[in-house]
Amino acid sequence: MAEKNGGQESEKTQLHTPLLDELDKGPWPSFVTDLKSWSKEKPVVAQLLNQLEDSYETRWNYWTGTVLNITGYGGGVIARLSDKADEYPDLAEFHTIRILPPAGFVYSTQRLRNLADICKRHGAGILQLHGLTGDILALGFSNEDTRAACEELMANGWDLGGSGAALRSLQCCVGQARCEMACFDTMKTTQYLTNHYISFVHRPEFMYKFKIKVSGCGNDCANAMIGSDMPIIGTWKGPMQIDQEKVAEFIDQKGVEHLIDNVITRCPTRCISLKGKELVVDHENCVRCMHCLNVMPKALKPGKEKGVTICLGAKRTLKIGDTMSSVIVPFMPLETEEDFKNLTDLIDRIWEFWNDHAMDHERIGEFIARVGLGTFIEGIGLEPDARMVSQTRTSPFIKFEELAPGRLEGERAQEPVVWNREPESTESSP
Amino acid sequence: MTEKLAPRDQGVPDHRALLHPGMARNYGKWDYHERIRPGVLRYVAEGGESLYVVRAGSPRTMSPEVVEKICSIADRFCQGFLRFSMRTNVEFMVEKAEEVEPLIAAIKTELGFPIGGTGPSISNISHTQGWLHCNLPGTDAAGTVKALMDDLIADFENERFPNRVKITTSCCQINCGRHADIGVIVQHHHPPRISHNNMQICDLPKVVAICPTAAIRPKVVNGTPSVEVVEEKCMYCGACHGQCPSMEIRDADTDTLSIWVGGKGSNARGGPSLMKLAVWGLPNNPPRWPEVSDAVRRILEAYREGAKDWERVGEWIERIGWQRFFEKTGFPFTKYHIEDAPGAMWTYNRSTQVRI
Repeated sequence: MAEKNGGQESEKTQLHTPLLDELDKGPWPSFVTDLKSWSKEKPVVAQLLNQLEDSYETRWNYWTGTVLNITGYGGGVIARLSDKADEYPDLAEFHTIRILPPAGFVYSTQRLRNLADICKRHGAGILQLHGLTGDILALGFSNEDTRAACEELMANGWDLGGSGAALRSLQCCVGQARCEMACFDTMKTTQYLTNHYISFVHRPEFMYKFKIKVSGCGNDCANAMIGSDMPIIGTWKGPMQIDQEKVAEFIDQKGVEHLIDNVITRCPTRCISLKGKELVVDHENCVRCMHCLNVMPKALKPGKEKGVTICLGAKRTLKIGDTMSSVIVPFMPLETEEDFKNLTDLIDRIWEFWNDHAMDHERIGEFIARVGLGTFIEGIGLEPDARMVSQTRTSPFIKFEELAPGRLEGERAQEPVVWNREPESTESSP
Repeated sequence: MTEKLAPRDQGVPDHRALLHPGMARNYGKWDYHERIRPGVLRYVAEGGESLYVVRAGSPRTMSPEVVEKICSIADRFCQGFLRFSMRTNVEFMVEKAEEVEPLIAAIKTELGFPIGGTGPSISNISHTQGWLHCNLPGTDAAGTVKALMDDLIADFENERFPNRVKITTSCCQINCGRHADIGVIVQHHHPPRISHNNMQICDLPKVVAICPTAAIRPKVVNGTPSVEVVEEKCMYCGACHGQCPSMEIRDADTDTLSIWVGGKGSNARGGPSLMKLAVWGLPNNPPRWPEVSDAVRRILEAYREGAKDWERVGEWIERIGWQRFFEKTGFPFTKYHIEDAPGAMWTYNRSTQVRI
């Protein structure tokens, strides 16, 4: 092939990247420098950089999306065809494989090398760790290479991530593996839910995508609250743990003004006060925002009875505007097998109601916005809880079921129905 | 098809076999952590063991050569284990304080990755795929990030802001980059250009249904089914372009970049918030997008100067008000900054509380 193409063709596949060369400069590590070096090993990468250079010159994109599936899977491959395949023949089919990462993005070098080795033998070898979807992204496979790479990846214990109207690859923070704030096992939860629902990851069968992200505490290092349909966030019941000796140490080191300015006055529910060198917390009004624990990680810890708050609904702008997640379950424990069963029961009910009633391409946040949170929680069998709202309604126009239906049903039962009757005479008979 | 297939539906690799031994031993038994210096965290377990974490900024897109260098360092210093953060940093872990400096030296010389991204610094930029491999982008992602981080690297390597700053970039209006303290987004300025000859590849009812302003109508063009766009209704969001590649929303000559501020996912203090428009109409200017870097830098300097400790960008603006934000940064407040989406009235100043 190379010989046939020779001459003019090979010139086009030589690196020619004056604009991208600008990104060789500067102190931040450069993907351009790296890929240029890698292109000596993999000529296809030179073509990739040349096409990117063309984009830099014309401010135009040259990838067309298509569909490619692996036997038994309905997603996981982000297939791309180059519009410039005439110039860059090796980019004609140049796909990305989404691979499920270990929960919490932890790796042994042995596993990471295994991954890189498979990807470079079958494809361009470019890895992105990790994509915003939470997947390992491996770039640069033709149709045939994609199939071969996926088979070898799966034979080596890797599996594909989600794409399309599926349960997307779950993501979590480092959690209890390395953080004292984590109120539950985020890695275990991510692994459990992914594996429990693996068929929904691989076979898109929802109305649209569904993302679950898992954070060990309200600091939400997994960006779940604004970046997932279903954030699972660690929290606790009862009082937080306070080590008053360490509080006194904090004051001795930093001064009482520092404590007032950075802890007491910053509490969103103003539930902290100071008595001498002791912190007094109005535990009933603590909303587990984590701020004071962040400032004083030695003195303050989450309470002992730990669990999670479950929210629903965040997504980015398209189509109805940005939505944020809101509380669905204020508190549930997530430790025992039974707790996990309760969680999957809840998810099953949520998915069933959403997929039965949502419109095509309607994320769960858009669906809740359309039908109303009241209707939604009734649909999934939850009781209303004042912690689900930041305020009660302002509009007085309400269909009170307790007050109206009897009369409406009574009217319907009459023959003819009330609204079809001739108006009654208002004159009194003599 | 007698070919034997590899096992399906295996799920995620088991993380328990992939934990650094220090993490595995103290799983769920951590006591507290502290920041030793920018880029280095020390986690202390209840039993007294320490785990030092050195955080290095990666370019996210990496060749096997770089992955091999990362593995080699982790083998020599970290017992063969490592972790990636949510914002594409690499985290190397060691158990002894004296191992930190040699590890940092190896990261710097062998990988050339900067050390930082902890505490009140700018962490690595979460970004999208861009011209490198997306089918919809109006600009690049990895290149934009490289150019911006070149400019901001000193604030990655130092902790000198009131609180952490998270930055994202998105290469189209779908905004896969998500909310952040500072977000850079492409904006389109014309209705989609329709390739009527190529509409057979699209599911027309879905194209009509996906439009948030009901601007798309079915229409027969040259005898074949297609659509038309009511230009007055179209808000150039590009929802139809994601659904149907024949509805081209991008325009290399007129697409611009905009900067949004004040998004936050953390529940700390005021809770999560969405980012809001700060600057619009910046040129899409590869390879280095200097206008974007300048604008981001101006916002960051005003934030550094004016915010109280622990205030994120959005909390700072909420306290000083948008009028002061525009004064401090020098950007103009225009009629386009006023919300016109549903619920817009909730964003007006519905009081006489005014800084005069």
